[in-house]
Amino acid sequence: MAGKTLYDKIFDAHLVRANDDGSALLYIDLQLLHEVTSPQAFAGLRLAGRKPWRIDANLATPDHNVPTTKRDGGVSKIVDPISRIQVQTLDDNCDDFGILEFKMNDHRQGIVHVVGPEQGATLPGSTVVCGDSHTATHGAFGALAHGIGTSEVEHVLATQCLITRKMKNMLIKVEGELGLGVTAKDLVLHIIGVLGTAGGTGYAIEFGGSTMKNISMEGRMTICNMAIEAGARVGMVAVDQLTLDYVKGRPFAPKGELWELAEAAWADLHSDSDAVFDTVVDIDAANIIPQVTWGTSPEMVVAIDAQVPNPDNETDPVKIDGINRALEYMGLSADQAITSIKLDRIFIGSCTNSRIEDMRDAAKVAKGRKVAASIKEAIVVPGSGLVKAQAEAEGLDKIFEAAGFQWREPGCSMCLAMNPDKLEPGEHCASTSNRNFEGRQGNGGRTHLVSPAMAAAAAISGNFVDVREMMEQ
Amino acid sequence: MKVFKQHKGIVAPMDRANVDTDMIIPKQFLKSIKRSGFGVYLFDEIRYLDEGVADQDCSNRPLNEEFVLNQSRYQGASVLLARVNFGCGSSREHAPWALEDYGFRTVIAPSFADIFYNNCFKNGLLPVVLSEQIVEQLFSECAASEGYQLNVDLQRQVVVTPSGEEHSFEVETFRKHCLLEGLDDIDLTLQNTDDIRSYEAQRKLAAPWLFGAINPENSVD
Ligand code: SF4
Repeated sequence: MAGKTLYDKIFDAHLVRANDDGSALLYIDLQLLHEVTSPQAFAGLRLAGRKPWRIDANLATPDHNVPTTKRDGGVSKIVDPISRIQVQTLDDNCDDFGILEFKMNDHRQGIVHVVGPEQGATLPGSTVVCGDSHTATHGAFGALAHGIGTSEVEHVLATQCLITRKMKNMLIKVEGELGLGVTAKDLVLHIIGVLGTAGGTGYAIEFGGSTMKNISMEGRMTICNMAIEAGARVGMVAVDQLTLDYVKGRPFAPKGELWELAEAAWADLHSDSDAVFDTVVDIDAANIIPQVTWGTSPEMVVAIDAQVPNPDNETDPVKIDGINRALEYMGLSADQAITSIKLDRIFIGSCTNSRIEDMRDAAKVAKGRKVAASIKEAIVVPGSGLVKAQAEAEGLDKIFEAAGFQWREPGCSMCLAMNPDKLEPGEHCASTSNRNFEGRQGNGGRTHLVSPAMAAAAAISGNFVDVREMMEQ
Repeated sequence: MKVFKQHKGIVAPMDRANVDTDMIIPKQFLKSIKRSGFGVYLFDEIRYLDEGVADQDCSNRPLNEEFVLNQSRYQGASVLLARVNFGCGSSREHAPWALEDYGFRTVIAPSFADIFYNNCFKNGLLPVVLSEQIVEQLFSECAASEGYQLNVDLQRQVVVTPSGEEHSFEVETFRKHCLLEGLDDIDLTLQNTDDIRSYEAQRKLAAPWLFGAINPENSVD
């Protein structure tokens, strides 16, 4: 019998019941909650007179709606009344049901996908769900993590289980060394360009190969985070020493004897050498250079030295239609050099790129330089209060501010513009987030996805540049 | 949950690939803490000419006359015909809530994004996968005749065209059963309480570190 994949191992270890038609009841170890997708789930629970199955399998924090400017006034001072109600509702629900929540002004508050790993709540070999498609982030720890809808949030609260079915296995095998100035973000953008936005639909993706071994936990999180942009609900990486070093000593991670036990149990969290994947995709990392998305889907991505695509070079009518629509929406012309795209705003943040390493990458480029006068606003939004504190301890905030960036409070911010941080119609933004859909960062806004270093370089230049040129200087 | 057995209705064609959840229901409307009332904001950015804000009265907003749902021939549509990878992007269940609240009972497309597909079933909205070729044919038939209707029969797993042609589709037995009977997932799962408890007891022995670490008393850092 063939060996098992990492995904198979974790899935099988959490199987409560397998049904004849292929559906399965899967046990969930951790549910992360935020204010946008949980209110209706709690309301449903109350309506049916049910209680959460296990309080200690839940962790909550508000992130999508919270303002990123000064918030001394607390929740009651959130200007947008609807946002305020939503954040308040999460507080009330967690208080009522006794669920641990890092509230808006707790120094541990932040984007759920930054907070979970940072607190050691996300653990290898566990199942993690959240009403948010970027839950795949947690797969970086050799966990089985994916986004679910609000009805499922309620289902997990009430039963500690999820009705699901086994996905297919895909291995993305990355070999070769990433060049200087080329980051995990560039790698994952390139991968999405290869797979397409639906290429991973129905699959759990494992990112493997020798390159992944040398990518930090922050980088692995960036990569798994964007699995969903290739259509896959799950992205994961095998557990190794880097994983253990990151987890050890975190507040909710096992300690003492429990750590020893856990470490032994986690030794098996990799695909067996004879495991069979339904699909294997080979990626050569050595030839990847910094990436920029030009269109309205993450698969519309090219290298920094390339041009905006020309629909005349395509034959597939669906592709041609997509390119034409995107060109019009983005206000770009075919064959225009990527470096000629002028920017209005810069956003460094989101669950893809708001961890300490991202802050350092961007600060390295910003250091001793100035944001171009043509940039209306450049904001840096750390992913959590703890990332913010760490960055400040390293003096990164001062570097950003001296260069003309704004240094903000943690949250999702301009990633999806549910709070006041948003683009005006027609504005171009270099953004370290994960989605460049129409209107994502504000009605009519034009998003270009890049790495933190590339976003910082774009801020300095006012247009896209190859950050590697600035590094050599 | 709403029962779905069979539904016949006017078809509205949404002729673009990769329709994402931000397009189906833009983020400003996700601030609601309710489950209903999203229908008027469905496809907000392409449906109206002005920028939509949450909790707004939409009756006097300027309409984008070119948008399919604003055309008189598609008024009252309850079957949405769509292209590949419909519903990609976020996990927001507000997307099926908005479609359902608008009046759609079923969406037909060559493929759907996973989370969206899953969310539809929880809300009595039936996603139907037909081949690209058949979907193409339905698009042309729909364009050719005003008032074009399709009959989606879940019991028999077929989509029936006005000429009586039948296209069969796949659906998982469990999901079909839940929709046909209007069953609540949570009730069904709780029938397995003993299984869950015994799994949990065994899990506690195998991975004790996953129990009890996260609670307000233990949260000191
Ligand atoms: S940062 Fe963006 S993608 Fe991540 S959870 Fe927040 S809104 Fe979603």
